Amino acid sequence: MILMATVQDIEVRDSAARTAAAADELQDMHGEKMVLNMGPSHPATHGVLRIVLELDGEIITKADPDVGYLHRGDEKIAENMTYTQFIPYTDRLDYLAPLANNVAYALAVEKLLGIHDKLPPRCQYIRVMCAELARISAHLLGLGAFAMDMGAVTVFLLSFTEREKIYNLAEAISGARLTTSYTRIGGVMRDLPPGWLDQCQKFCDEFIPALNEFETLLTRNRIWVDRVHDLAVISKEDAIDYGLSGPNLRGSGVEYDLRKNQPYLCYKDLQFDVPVGAVGDCYDRYLVRMEEMRQSARILEQCIKKIPGGADNKSNEPVNVADGKITLPPKQKVLSSMEELIHQFMLVTEGVNCPPGEIYFGHENPKGELGFYINSKGGGTPYRLKIRSPSFVNLSIVPKIFVGTMISDTVAILGSLDFVMGECDR
Amino acid sequence: MTALEQAQKIKAKFGDLISEPAEFRGEITVKLADAEQITAVCDFAKVQLGFDYLVDISSLDNYGDDPRWTVVYHLRGLKHGNEVRIKTDVSEEKSELPSVLPVWRTANWHEREIYDMMGIRFSGHPDLRRILMWEGYPYFPLRKDFPLAGKPSDLPGVAFTKPAPLEGGPFVTVAGGKDSISREPRVRTPEE
Repeated sequence: MILMATVQDIEVRDSAARTAAAADELQDMHGEKMVLNMGPSHPATHGVLRIVLELDGEIITKADPDVGYLHRGDEKIAENMTYTQFIPYTDRLDYLAPLANNVAYALAVEKLLGIHDKLPPRCQYIRVMCAELARISAHLLGLGAFAMDMGAVTVFLLSFTEREKIYNLAEAISGARLTTSYTRIGGVMRDLPPGWLDQCQKFCDEFIPALNEFETLLTRNRIWVDRVHDLAVISKEDAIDYGLSGPNLRGSGVEYDLRKNQPYLCYKDLQFDVPVGAVGDCYDRYLVRMEEMRQSARILEQCIKKIPGGADNKSNEPVNVADGKITLPPKQKVLSSMEELIHQFMLVTEGVNCPPGEIYFGHENPKGELGFYINSKGGGTPYRLKIRSPSFVNLSIVPKIFVGTMISDTVAILGSLDFVMGECDR
Repeated sequence: MTALEQAQKIKAKFGDLISEPAEFRGEITVKLADAEQITAVCDFAKVQLGFDYLVDISSLDNYGDDPRWTVVYHLRGLKHGNEVRIKTDVSEEKSELPSVLPVWRTANWHEREIYDMMGIRFSGHPDLRRILMWEGYPYFPLRKDFPLAGKPSDLPGVAFTKPAPLEGGPFVTVAGGKDSISREPRVRTPEE
């Protein structure tokens, strides 16, 4: 309570002296810092990320991300099963793009086997289409969630309409919408079902107009631009130093895409551009993702036209490598031929026999570079399988870019980094 | 310049400490004999040879062998696109090697993860805490002598952080109060 006196004498000092005195006073006045716990169950953390924020008023002075709430020990599990048995676990890494994870893992084991560049062309095209569909699906969710956290719920609903079509496509090829487990070591589970390419073409035709519609909602939207422009700028040097990958690296203006720089599968034969950002802010990362979706659709359309064997595979193009020691033989042969029976038995009981050695394979996943380091001592199980998850590495820059931003900005920054905790925590 | 030539340059600089570059599936691997030199080798690779991007650090448990640990660094130069893998062994008694954090800041979380999973410490790391498991977890789960089924251990408490300065301050709820009146947000003093 302040008691007001009826008459008050006002002492007037000269202003210069007053400023000096105030400055002295203010120096001793340290605002009390407040610690705010964001997550692990927070809608903007897209899973179970916890960030301990230290605040001065509304300004973040320190951020300490706490990951690991979804740690399931995938790397330990991998050491205890055959290479093929681990494929379903890769679905659960980046669960927004399971098809891309399947492709990445299969390619890593195939690199260890030395057959990653000898895959049948039809298999390569199918895998590229899987990876690109997964990219669109993951970016759509990233975009939708990002926009929804900013208050633009419409985008989320629209983008899920498109994602639904991709889920249908995934269901048609693998039988599962989320846990696809579509690839096998040396090929894919089965060939494309009849009519799938037409369905995919139909998706591409409908997707581009839909994407244009999302753009009209966001790209030039004043509120959106004000929220994300010039926010959390990551310089080129920082992006490289912190090991960012994928759209986050390219958003900062580093033109590095594993599909271009270390081409695998049939990406060499396909035309696509790699979008890069100019500033490295949240807006750039958003723009990069938007453009990547267009490029993915472009790749898909080329694949549909160029895929060897065409829609119904009349020419019987193989989708698996023709090596009984790597891929399962046809069931008819297993039941009628001794050699195939032995191959089937050995593959199922002991797994694909890999040579001793170590390889690293990095795949351009929607979130960035998903890498598998496999150390083999020979036999059907890895001695050590390390997963280099892009979300984990991308999140490590959070303590740097959060400082100096506001609490309400954290939601935008997390949305623009587009991580998924299933992959981060493994 | 190819990755092999760059690996030869590392060898030329550090001599006998670096093994002859080995090639497998088109990947170049060199082995560093003295783990204490890892920061110097990495710094040389980054500054002189342009390996500006640390892709990953992994660790291996050579259970039953001596030295027990192998730490694997996967380097990439974004400009020239080459990749080189550097491996170094660490004995179980020591279980420590210098941090490469001064060279690449991305090493921060990778090293924390290795400490968490394998129990290899990184000297000079400013913040070597567990990252995936919780603070106070007694084991190192990726070691080969840790069973797949896990070991029983105490679960962490609900709150990990120390009480925030405003806890019990104005307008806070009390979780688990005896009735809704005592739970509802209101001005409370910490003693109440």
